[in-house]
Amino acid sequence: MSDTQTQLDIDREKGNFRYDVDYEFDAGTGLNEKTIDYICDVKGEPDWIRQFRKDALKKFLEKPMPTHWASHDLENIIFDKIRYYLSQGGQKPKKTWDEVPEDVKRTFERLGIPEQERKFLAGVEAQFDSEAAYSNIKEAVGKQGVIFMGSTDALKEHPEIFRKWFGKVIPTGDNKFSALNSAAFSGGSFIYVPPGVKVSHPLQAYFRINAENFGQFERTLIIADEGAEVTYMEGCTAPKFDTATLHSAVVELVALKGAKIQYITVQNWSNNVFNLVTKRGLAMEDAEVKWIDCNIGSRLTMKYPGVVMKGRRARGEVISIALAGDGQHQDTGAKMVHAADETTSNIVSKSISVGTGRATYRGLVKIPRHLKGCKNNTECDALLINTSSRTDTYPAISVRGTGNACQHEASVSQVSSEQIFYMQQRGLTEAQAMSLSVNGFVNDLVRQFPMEYSVELKRLIDLEMEGSVG
Amino acid sequence: MKHLKIDNLHVSIGDREILRGLSLDLPTGQVHAIMGPNGSGKSTLAKVIAGHPDYTVTSGDILFDGESILEMEPDARARKGIFLAFQYPSEIPGVTIANFLRAALQARLPEGEELEATEYYAKLYEKMDLLEMPRTFTSRAVNEGFSGGEKKRCEILQMAMLQPTFALLDETDSGLDIDALKIVSHGVNSLRGPETGMLVITHYQRLLNYIVPDFVHVMVNGRIVESGTKELALKLEAEGYDWATEPEAEAVGA
Ligand SMILES: Nc1ncnc2c1ncn2[C@@H]1O[C@H](COP(=O)(O)OP(=O)(O)OP(=O)(O)O)[C@@H](O)[C@H]1O
Ligand SMILES: [Mg+2]
Repeated sequence: MSDTQTQLDIDREKGNFRYDVDYEFDAGTGLNEKTIDYICDVKGEPDWIRQFRKDALKKFLEKPMPTHWASHDLENIIFDKIRYYLSQGGQKPKKTWDEVPEDVKRTFERLGIPEQERKFLAGVEAQFDSEAAYSNIKEAVGKQGVIFMGSTDALKEHPEIFRKWFGKVIPTGDNKFSALNSAAFSGGSFIYVPPGVKVSHPLQAYFRINAENFGQFERTLIIADEGAEVTYMEGCTAPKFDTATLHSAVVELVALKGAKIQYITVQNWSNNVFNLVTKRGLAMEDAEVKWIDCNIGSRLTMKYPGVVMKGRRARGEVISIALAGDGQHQDTGAKMVHAADETTSNIVSKSISVGTGRATYRGLVKIPRHLKGCKNNTECDALLINTSSRTDTYPAISVRGTGNACQHEASVSQVSSEQIFYMQQRGLTEAQAMSLSVNGFVNDLVRQFPMEYSVELKRLIDLEMEGSVG
Repeated sequence: MKHLKIDNLHVSIGDREILRGLSLDLPTGQVHAIMGPNGSGKSTLAKVIAGHPDYTVTSGDILFDGESILEMEPDARARKGIFLAFQYPSEIPGVTIANFLRAALQARLPEGEELEATEYYAKLYEKMDLLEMPRTFTSRAVNEGFSGGEKKRCEILQMAMLQPTFALLDETDSGLDIDALKIVSHGVNSLRGPETGMLVITHYQRLLNYIVPDFVHVMVNGRIVESGTKELALKLEAEGYDWATEPEAEAVGA
């Protein structure tokens, strides 16, 4: 693609758009040992990582697609046509803000995306300007001994901590896509919080979205040492332009004795994206891992954040919201593995299906027989907007032993036409009525998101609902 | 003065005719009561005026100040000033009364104009006090888990906030205890005035002791068969509807 011919593809209905840019580094299509060598060379990675990637590649190639339980749509991913590493390096994009179409600008406006972020998201700025803000945060937490940097830098600069936990919570061969990520990863965050340090402000994945290609195969590792506390937030509700249709991240959390980690995600993918993510946390004695997850958009999302409660009295929690728009499939859920006495887990999942959208909940709760005093609570509620919308629930709960308890509730509801008429009778348009109902449905969960996210989420739901009626 | 005029209205659901040539003229400044046996079509009338999509108007018209509103969406009719206090109000899970009413009022403002939050809450609390509703109500989801009486009170709160030109109250008295009936009636009466017209549907003469109507209509089988002053309600209370369902009585409305 020549400089003068940069193009912008827009799905005008959704406000999603794609913007072609030039890349300084491009590993070409397909994934093989050569691609891995290219990535390692460009990134100047140590040999153990090169080996790690190559071993992962083998596993990826060996493993079958999980289509015996998952969507057959996975078969439409053509791995040989995918670019596994792209980086703009230090180049500046050649697009200007004036060239960004009006409707895209309007979408940003309506979502209330800050000025600087808009430019980045529209692809007219390679560096996110809050890079400066990030440096400040980094410096501030650095004083407390917190390490906060990109994983690529971390594996070089802090190999002693990095290697100890990297790939330990989610082994390479956990599933086909964790293997893929382990072979091709780039981007993502590394955080280490020393014992007893409580990070007061949530850390945000700002730098994630700079030069390196949008975290197509992001790799994040967060370690909270004994008694430490940290909250991490990633994503934003703006529809992202994307250069790739396959996104496969791996996120590993380690909460050592008495530590607390909260991981908040809000993602809104354009509807051509396969988003296949593996997220898992390890909670040691008295530790707590909490995932707060909001998935919007994409063609197919498969994501089941998990917690392995390895120490006594450890706690795991997954709070998730999924919005499956027309033609989209949100296949999400949670995994709770109880591996010590008196561990407790809580899953609250709410999904909304719009148009031909489909939301699937998959849960896995394991409490083995020999454990005592373990508890799980699972609630999953689905809301169907149109008659063509669909939802399925597959809770796999295996609770053994007499001293353990499990509570499971599931519901499927519909916004009834009477309810809509009632709201219209008060003066709200059908679309306003619909979004108010949907916001009401997720309200108790949205409250758990940080303020700025919950405001954006509300606006996003409004926007989605406008398209669902009439 | 404004008029809500129902003109020889025929309404069907599927191929069943429910309203069979009903006419009624409601000007602002007046309160009309409608009484009639179960299934005679009272709620249907109220919902058709509000624009419920299930019903088909096969002939006749509904005129708001001389202008037909049949083609208007329910929300446009509402913003024009038609309010329906439902016989069976819907629940809206997760949406608080405060947020719901705020959205409803916001929907009445011109684009770009924001509802003033402090004024809004001042008004909300004033109306809640009038209806003797505890403040904690504002943070409860609309009608969710409300008792029958609470739902009715909540309908009147909404009416008080939205200040409609024409209010249709469909059995607002059912489910209210004696004290609540007085409070709600007091609330309704405070909204009476030259700017407002009310259509009060009820089965009980008792309500009309509190909300004294200017006219009472008897509805049987989709038509108004008798109209009169409030004394008519007393006659109904004493004699029931039998006399009105006699063939010759039916002819009165035809
Ligand atoms: N949506 C509907 N579908 C089918 N039948 C309906 C519908 N709405 C009303 N009807 C029928 O129309 C007739 C009139 O009903 P409506 O609710 O208007 O009566 P009503 O006078 O309000 O009765 P009540 O005093 O019991 O409230 C009834 O026979 C009812 O079953
Ligand atoms: Mg009725």
